[in-house]
Amino acid sequence: MTDTTARPRPRRSLATRIPLFAQVRSSIGLQRGMLVAGLVITGVFVITAIFAPLLAPYGFAQLRADGTPFGAQEAPNAEHLLGTTVGGYDVLSRVIWGAQTAILTIVVSVILSIFAGIFLGLVSGYIGGWLDRVLVVVCDAIYAFPSLLLAIVMSIVISGGQSNLFGGILAASISITVVFIPQYFRVIRAETVRIKSEAYVESAKVIGTRAPRIVFRHVLRNATRSLPLLLTLNSSEALLTLAGLGFLGFGIEPSAAAEWGYDLNKSLSDVTSGIWWTSLFPGLAIVLAVLGITLLGESLNDLADPRLRGRRAALDTGAPAPDNGAAPHGSAASGQAVVADDRATTNDEERVS
Amino acid sequence: MSAVPTDIQGDEPDIVSIVDLRVTFATDAGAVRAVDGVSIAVRPREIVAIVGESGSGKSVTAKSILGLVPATATSSGSILLRSRDRSRTTDIVGAGSGTLRSLRGEDVAMVFQEPSTALNPVYTVGWQIAEGIRAHGSTSRAEAKKQAIDILRRVGIPDPETRVNYYPHQFSGGQKQRVVIAMALVLNPGLIVADEPTTALDVTVQAEILDLLRRLRDEFDTAIVLITHNMGVVADLADRVVVMYQGKVVEEADSRTLFASPQADYTKQLLAAVPHIGQGEARAAVRTQERLERASSTTPVVAARDLVIEYPGRLGRGGFRAVNGVSFEIKEGEVLGLVGESGSGKTTIGRAIAGLSKVTGGSLNVLGREMLGIKERSFRSARVDIGFVFQDPASSFNPLLTIAECVAEPLVVHGRATDARDARAQVDELLEAVQLPRAFGDRYPHELSGGQRQRASLARSIALRPKLLIADEPTSALDVSVQARVLELFTELQREFGFASLFISHDLAVVDMLADRIAVLYKGELVEEGTGAQVLGSPSHPYTQRLLASLPVPDPAEQETRREALHRLQAVDG
Amino acid sequence: MTAELSSPDPASAAPPAVLRRGSSSGGGGLGRYVLVRFLLIIPTVFILVTLVFLLMRTTGDPITAALGGKLTGPQLQERIHEAGYDRPLIVQYLEYLGNIFTGNFGNTLSDNRPVTQVLLTYGGATLELAFYALIVAFIVGIPLGMVAAYFRDRTPDAFLRIFAILCYATPVFFAGLLLKLVFAVWFQILPVAGRASTGAELQMQFLQSKTGIYLIDAIQTGNPDVIGDVLSHAVLPGVALGLLTAGVFLRLVRTNLIGTLGTDYVDSARSRGVTEFRLVRKHAYRPALIPIITVIGLQIALLLGGAVLTETTFEWKGLGFQLAQYLQARDFVAVQGIVALLAVIVAVTNFIVDIIAALIDPRVRY
Repeated sequence: MTDTTARPRPRRSLATRIPLFAQVRSSIGLQRGMLVAGLVITGVFVITAIFAPLLAPYGFAQLRADGTPFGAQEAPNAEHLLGTTVGGYDVLSRVIWGAQTAILTIVVSVILSIFAGIFLGLVSGYIGGWLDRVLVVVCDAIYAFPSLLLAIVMSIVISGGQSNLFGGILAASISITVVFIPQYFRVIRAETVRIKSEAYVESAKVIGTRAPRIVFRHVLRNATRSLPLLLTLNSSEALLTLAGLGFLGFGIEPSAAAEWGYDLNKSLSDVTSGIWWTSLFPGLAIVLAVLGITLLGESLNDLADPRLRGRRAALDTGAPAPDNGAAPHGSAASGQAVVADDRATTNDEERVS
Repeated sequence: MSAVPTDIQGDEPDIVSIVDLRVTFATDAGAVRAVDGVSIAVRPREIVAIVGESGSGKSVTAKSILGLVPATATSSGSILLRSRDRSRTTDIVGAGSGTLRSLRGEDVAMVFQEPSTALNPVYTVGWQIAEGIRAHGSTSRAEAKKQAIDILRRVGIPDPETRVNYYPHQFSGGQKQRVVIAMALVLNPGLIVADEPTTALDVTVQAEILDLLRRLRDEFDTAIVLITHNMGVVADLADRVVVMYQGKVVEEADSRTLFASPQADYTKQLLAAVPHIGQGEARAAVRTQERLERASSTTPVVAARDLVIEYPGRLGRGGFRAVNGVSFEIKEGEVLGLVGESGSGKTTIGRAIAGLSKVTGGSLNVLGREMLGIKERSFRSARVDIGFVFQDPASSFNPLLTIAECVAEPLVVHGRATDARDARAQVDELLEAVQLPRAFGDRYPHELSGGQRQRASLARSIALRPKLLIADEPTSALDVSVQARVLELFTELQREFGFASLFISHDLAVVDMLADRIAVLYKGELVEEGTGAQVLGSPSHPYTQRLLASLPVPDPAEQETRREALHRLQAVDG
Repeated sequence: MTAELSSPDPASAAPPAVLRRGSSSGGGGLGRYVLVRFLLIIPTVFILVTLVFLLMRTTGDPITAALGGKLTGPQLQERIHEAGYDRPLIVQYLEYLGNIFTGNFGNTLSDNRPVTQVLLTYGGATLELAFYALIVAFIVGIPLGMVAAYFRDRTPDAFLRIFAILCYATPVFFAGLLLKLVFAVWFQILPVAGRASTGAELQMQFLQSKTGIYLIDAIQTGNPDVIGDVLSHAVLPGVALGLLTAGVFLRLVRTNLIGTLGTDYVDSARSRGVTEFRLVRKHAYRPALIPIITVIGLQIALLLGGAVLTETTFEWKGLGFQLAQYLQARDFVAVQGIVALLAVIVAVTNFIVDIIAALIDPRVRY
């Protein structure tokens, strides 16, 4: 049931076809609150990243203004709203510039892993056999492994553990990509295996459609339904992994770019002496960015799953029951509303000998 | 429509009386009224059937009696429920959750449609029965278990002392339904609501469960509200029938009256649409005659010899033999009806002919090609001549393509058209052939009803004018009135295009309507084959006899005599 | 680490129902399952070990990485030759595999100790930290998940969900820093870092049967002060790492419970008059537990990754702390050894968790 009900419905009015807008409209109460909060926070995050050069009072590697050094571990003051770090950088500037590094890493890693993961998942799931078994075991092995450790190993491989802005971002992104490919692989493969046994794929086979046409025309688009959700989840995970790498000293050099995890690492000793501003603000930046993306992903997940979607209790507006013959399996809504009577039809599906 | 006055019939008050019930659901498309002013009364020891097709609101009505409607629904009207000893009367609509909880199980209980999902898989059945007992008053664990054993025995579970400790998956489907019924019975409620209690079961098992439900009334003095879409089941069991359509009651009468002289137009249509055994014989005779005149060659389109199909097991386990030594032929232009219950291997055979399942033994010749060990590459050219209609109309179309694009697929794949737009003229013709408006070509699958989708599916399957059409339970997911129209269409198309067909179904009456010959499968083996008259008129194999006798017919009087015949048959079997 | 919430269940990769029905009949289901599942450990470990080996070697030899700037060219060559890093890769690989097979994960470069000894010395501490974290995660995550499912879409649910997301969104080292700042620096009610104070460590030092797991050692001393000291050191790291996992557990329990609460058998139990609380506690929870336990198994990886960060934050001298030290020292032999060893641990833990999940499911048991 859920398979057939959760499908996207193409051909809607323009307003509802814009992604996210439709979701905001169809959500209610708490779910709408979560979705909107997620959108706002993520929006602020993205805007900060794009306009970092305008927003930040200083450069990320700037140590002095007008020839005078900022000074190290200065408490927040008029010059430095959030204080300065042990290395003498302006905290606020580094927090703002850090958004740029974070976004770049997320974008590169997600794009890389999506393409590799989808391709492998489709091929593995559709062809099956030995290739499938080997890929599944390999991906499961990587999947079960602590992602941070794998990312560490990867960053050693790629950059020897230290690098400039683009080298660093690329290293971090590729490290994260290796961790993510199995996730996309698992999801796309599972979907492909499910869709492969759907009647519409079997009917394409019966017709004599060749495998590539089946894969691209029938399987691919239907298998990528859950991607937006996975995408947000992985974005937040990419951010956390980047910060984790930075915290362990495998991130990007402070002179190359601002990175929140690195700044937290440097503030480790400050905390013991009660210096809070060097750790609090980069940390909060991470929390907020991840929070925004996660809220977005969670509410999208709920809205896509009719079981989890909340609905208002009905008001009896006196509207007549729609002709139920019109769409017994149609929308997610009728899936729940006519639950009881619909069983008579779904049941026979299980009766296949 | 016609509310039965609650208090004038007999001196006993009704066990439940529903007055002007309205239930409205919130959906994405706005509020939908599923039940619209329904009034029904049930007397003690009475079996009232509520019949209707999907969307009629029958299940919502039934669940309302237990207050089991989802939180997104609002109800109005009243449902007065009396306890067995008439000591208390409660209005379910507006009752608090505590009140509802104490009523459920004690005054009214429910039997669900799908026994395999109605039982919690991780607890023993004894635990689940005892839980119901202990939820109503302080019964000791040992006493509850004793009662559980006792009730399992009374619903016909053999060796209940041992089986009380079994988990649900250790029972067969029919036994699971007995357990579900036992759970409903254990606190001796005055009313049981049975929601499609036999729909998920095979017809032979269905007959046993119907017998058990009849015994509930006779031995436990329980009234039953029976929700069903199957008119045969109604004729077999019900004292009184309420017909619902689009949330309203359209007719209410005692069972014999209703079947003998239905009043509402909808009821008449519904009854006319139910396939009867024996309808097909005359038609089949005519068709066979026509075909004999037409046939120039007698080369079979499909020929199976000792066909064996095994599914491989996992990691060293033994395989599962779905089809075991089956032989049959389908001649040009002939319709072979393949009948069997779940697990009989009928679908597997259909899939093997279409090259979707691997043949593992014997021989299967399809359009001159041997399927044993065939490669997809050498079979592809034969696919032009094979059409396939799948069971589930909901999933047989790619949800992201329009109907026209879907129907054009075979034409495009086999080079008869360059793309969907190029094929549009042919697609329109095909849609016309299956009596769908051309404009439907631009719709997406979810915008069509189940019956319309199944028509489109037929259009797609005949797009290449195949010599062979495999139809795998094409109507079993459809309502009975829709089924009748689709079957009619199938017959017309077959006459027009003259394809040979393998028609797979679990329903003898459906197969009888359109097959030239009928083959009966039982546990992977072919037990009987012949014309409709032979197989259904004088079945020789005991299984066919039992299958035939188990099928309830939509006529209470006839069903009563058939029931006795079945009991005699069962007595002979032991 | 959160993708499994959304990804279809692993069973979907299993063969069609027909096959499962056919093969589940007949006894010995559990025994066979355990055996097959056990055999799956081998390829898993093999793949990870190979992957780590290949990745680490593509960058060059570890000696150059560790000592590159400190030694002259010829000295470097000599050291490389001594350690055998100038032989063909395949020879090195086979030797490496053979060594691992006999339990030899190599020697560290910086302090020349066998990696297995590093594990024995520091493994206990990480185990202890993981134990505390799991306790926090179970105590916080599972009951709150049940509460959230019970109050679905109402106010308590809203707060709990935000709490869960916050737990997940806060990097464990930042949570650690905050906790440290508040409880150790400002309020000074808990120690800043380490596993025990020097005095307590000295007392435990002289124990006959030292386990390396401080809690057990502290109990062995029988000195309540030592026990208290060890426990007070454990609170902040345990909470920091535990909350991360608790957030995941909470969401997992909530989602799975809502799934099972919508099933027929819950409706069926409701129709028998079972209370709503009992529906959540008994009918929905047990079936939901099976997928939950499987995913908890996968959380071991998250926990170990988090342990590296937590240990660094709190100077908790465990395997993760040590790994970070070796990373700083560019001692990649040690890193490779520890990572390979963790791969074995993860594979074995997942095996055990899967068996537990199977034991709970009567459909596998009988």
